[in-house]
Amino acid sequence: MVQYARARLDDSFAALSDATRRGVLEYLGRSDASITDLAGHFHMTLTGIKKHVGVLEEARLVITEKVGRVRTCRLGPRRLEEETAWIERYRQLWDSRFDELDKVVEEMKLKERSDGRNRKE
Amino acid sequence: MDATGKSELVPEKNRTTAERKSERELVVTRTFDAPARVVFEAWTRPELLRRWWVPKSCGASFISCEADVRTGGTYRFVFGHPAAEQPMAFFGKYVEVTPGSRLVWTNDEGGEGGAVTTVTFEERGPRTLVVMQDVYPSKEALDNAIASGSTSGFGEAFEQLDELFLTRSAGAGA
Repeated sequence: MVQYARARLDDSFAALSDATRRGVLEYLGRSDASITDLAGHFHMTLTGIKKHVGVLEEARLVITEKVGRVRTCRLGPRRLEEETAWIERYRQLWDSRFDELDKVVEEMKLKERSDGRNRKE
Repeated sequence: MDATGKSELVPEKNRTTAERKSERELVVTRTFDAPARVVFEAWTRPELLRRWWVPKSCGASFISCEADVRTGGTYRFVFGHPAAEQPMAFFGKYVEVTPGSRLVWTNDEGGEGGAVTTVTFEERGPRTLVVMQDVYPSKEALDNAIASGSTSGFGEAFEQLDELFLTRSAGAGA
């Protein structure tokens, strides 16, 4: 599960490392668009924009669907990966807390033991 | 994950698990090498709680830690973080306090969408299994908590990145 989340995050980072691709996501955040729309908006060739959309699609940040002769792009099911990553971060937060709690508990146990000894003496 | 009896026989580093158990429920578990009474005390005495609640690695620190741990009592934790201009406050009410076995509190800083947290302390031989369950009022409330990127308010690089992404994908920042 952790490995899965990491791999997904790596894909996302790679996809997000490019300004055009971030622009495409921003654009699709407002409305779905065809490849032609995107090419026009970003002043790119159809081949060029398709390449970017392909990378976003692989990272599941975008999904595309061909209806007739038009390929429509919209934001992808990243929510799920986001959730996996969030839960892992939540786990890590509690894991760090609990590592500290372990120390506190150990100290309490030691103190109880020495208090017990003192009482007996 | 530690449900098989076998793993309990093998001494290993105690592992923390976290899972979304249902549409509106998160569960975190961990086993401690101490009796339930001791672990419970570390959760309920403010001077002990403040020593572990904010892990050093996150860079935040307690400004104040008030907890009146009894049924109907309230708590208020205030943290500071070098990256945050304002201190962050977390507060709520203890709904149930059963010494040595069970704690239930509300998380009211987020308003209506806050979760109710139940912690149980269950003795397993010389050890104690702690199960912490956050139940949100609705699926939407938990989805929103996740989408906002906040893990109990600790600002970290990931959060900023997520925020950037969310702003972009929502087109809100444009």
